[in-house]
Amino acid sequence: MIATTTRQADSLTPGFISEADELVSHYPVSKRSASLPLLHLWQNHFGFIDDSGVEWIAARLDLTPVNILELVTFYPWFRREQAGKTIIRVCRTLACALAGGYEVKEKFCQAVGLDPHCEHHGYGHAPPTTADGNFSVEFVECLASCGSAPVALINDDLVENISPGDVQSIVDSYK
Amino acid sequence: MVSLLPTPHPKERRLIFANISKPGYAPDIENYLAHGGYEALKKALGMKPAEIIDAVKASNLRGRGGAAFPTGVKWGFIRHDDGKPHYIVVNGDESEPGTFKDRYILHQDPHQLIEGLAISAFATNVHLAYIYIRCEFPKAAKIVWEAIKEAKARGYLGKNILGSGFDLDIFVHQGAGAYICGEETSLIESLEGKRPYPRIKPPYFPAVLGLYMKPTIVNNVETLCHVKHIISMGPEEFAKMGSPGDGGTRTMCVSGDVRRPGFYEIPCGGVTLGELIHDVCGGMKPGRQLKAVIPGGSSAKVLRAGEVFKMKTKGPDGQMAEKDVPLLDLVMDASSLMAAGSMIGSAGVMVMDDSRDMVWALNNLNQFYAHESCGQCTPCREGSLWMSKVTTRILDEGARPDDAKNLKGIADNIAGRTVCAFGEACSWPTQSFLAKFPDEFEKRVK
Repeated sequence: MIATTTRQADSLTPGFISEADELVSHYPVSKRSASLPLLHLWQNHFGFIDDSGVEWIAARLDLTPVNILELVTFYPWFRREQAGKTIIRVCRTLACALAGGYEVKEKFCQAVGLDPHCEHHGYGHAPPTTADGNFSVEFVECLASCGSAPVALINDDLVENISPGDVQSIVDSYK
Repeated sequence: MVSLLPTPHPKERRLIFANISKPGYAPDIENYLAHGGYEALKKALGMKPAEIIDAVKASNLRGRGGAAFPTGVKWGFIRHDDGKPHYIVVNGDESEPGTFKDRYILHQDPHQLIEGLAISAFATNVHLAYIYIRCEFPKAAKIVWEAIKEAKARGYLGKNILGSGFDLDIFVHQGAGAYICGEETSLIESLEGKRPYPRIKPPYFPAVLGLYMKPTIVNNVETLCHVKHIISMGPEEFAKMGSPGDGGTRTMCVSGDVRRPGFYEIPCGGVTLGELIHDVCGGMKPGRQLKAVIPGGSSAKVLRAGEVFKMKTKGPDGQMAEKDVPLLDLVMDASSLMAAGSMIGSAGVMVMDDSRDMVWALNNLNQFYAHESCGQCTPCREGSLWMSKVTTRILDEGARPDDAKNLKGIADNIAGRTVCAFGEACSWPTQSFLAKFPDEFEKRVK
């Protein structure tokens, strides 16, 4: 497991715990079903999921930590390291690639100051992130918006029909 | 957002997108009710559940998620009074490259889905349903949640819906970035809080051993929306709109090298591929010719411009006769594309022109499948990665004389040897690109 100096679970608030309780209540048949919702809640709150998060969620759902850890390492969305405040996820797959998605991704890397060729290794690692912690850029697979390619998901916003010349002003709007 | 043209193309017929395309249409319940919302649910609650299932059977509705399985038949596998809990899981994991229709329904008309789902739940004796939405649609999840709360507050969900005695609770469940979760048994595992490794069929048909090992229906978003329209307009009219055995409308998602990419709701079998590309989508980009089409999402086998298919069709004298059908005259419905050796799938039509390199295009898809294989079955886990490595190497360094043969060998040894259909999905692109464009691989041999 990746070592962290502070334990996220030590700073839980009553508000967070009641949100977790509400999510568990959506699964009256099996609370194990709340694994993904609690992981989302945790990552949205803390930015990533540390060992204490894995352990807390497992305990809350009467599971062993490995039941949760194996989800964090499987699903590409979850990470065990802090990512940038703004995460730029550029679609890599065919329709976007046909429309220039690779060039757009390179421009995003340049605009935030990342090496366009730095690799993202997945398995819980954060995507490549700027030294100031403001931006991460990564390729993701099809975002289901092929009619307005190329697209990127920037935090919760879908940005469509991106031309390479637009990239700098898009990045500036997230500064 | 891609916005629909306010005036539909003459080939279009909008049911699902009738309201969404109206200027100023908003996803809240007031707006939905002002456009006749929840009237179909009222009508359905006055019917017998078996009558609703019969109506869906008679409508010839096929699933819009990819497999095109008849929806009424799927529902018929559930025994109404078997004493077990039943569930419906809505597949809103829309992830098949080339497909982008459910996104607009979820964001812009969530009550249409909720109404279709409530009718379907009433028909199949379901009291608990989940809407599985991929987490890359974070706003859609919030919008659908809000809509569920609104519907519950008005008595369209929850206990004793509209005084009928029927109860239904719906919850939104978000995925976490894995394509495999669009496979129905994988989606169920994911919803149970596990790694989404698909289950083997038999015995784990969702209708028998689904969510929590209980009879479960997994339907696509667009499919469930159609149920509302079948109840509203009657199954006969719905069936009549489409082609034999493929009723209603289908939302065609067109992307790639056409002038007007976008989604177009068209009666099933209502256009040929040529009409779709050259008329509805405004043709190829200036100065370009058609080279290849993937007609049903990235897993569908690629078709080459100029291909002619031998097909059995009914002549004017009622006799079956074999006929030559050129690619552009292919009717865009489930049976015609199957006869052409491909599939309608999720109706994600990806068009490529004569500037495109087919090895590059295949490599893009191979990288997708290598990334998305869940890793449960060895042929798929290893094979999808090998195919991706070989096509990447061909692009970087040129091909070796036996690369094409080896690629085919890998693909042929995945399909049919895996727990789920991902095995076919990842090998069909390689098999079909090699078969249709052998010259592009040969010319790269050093």
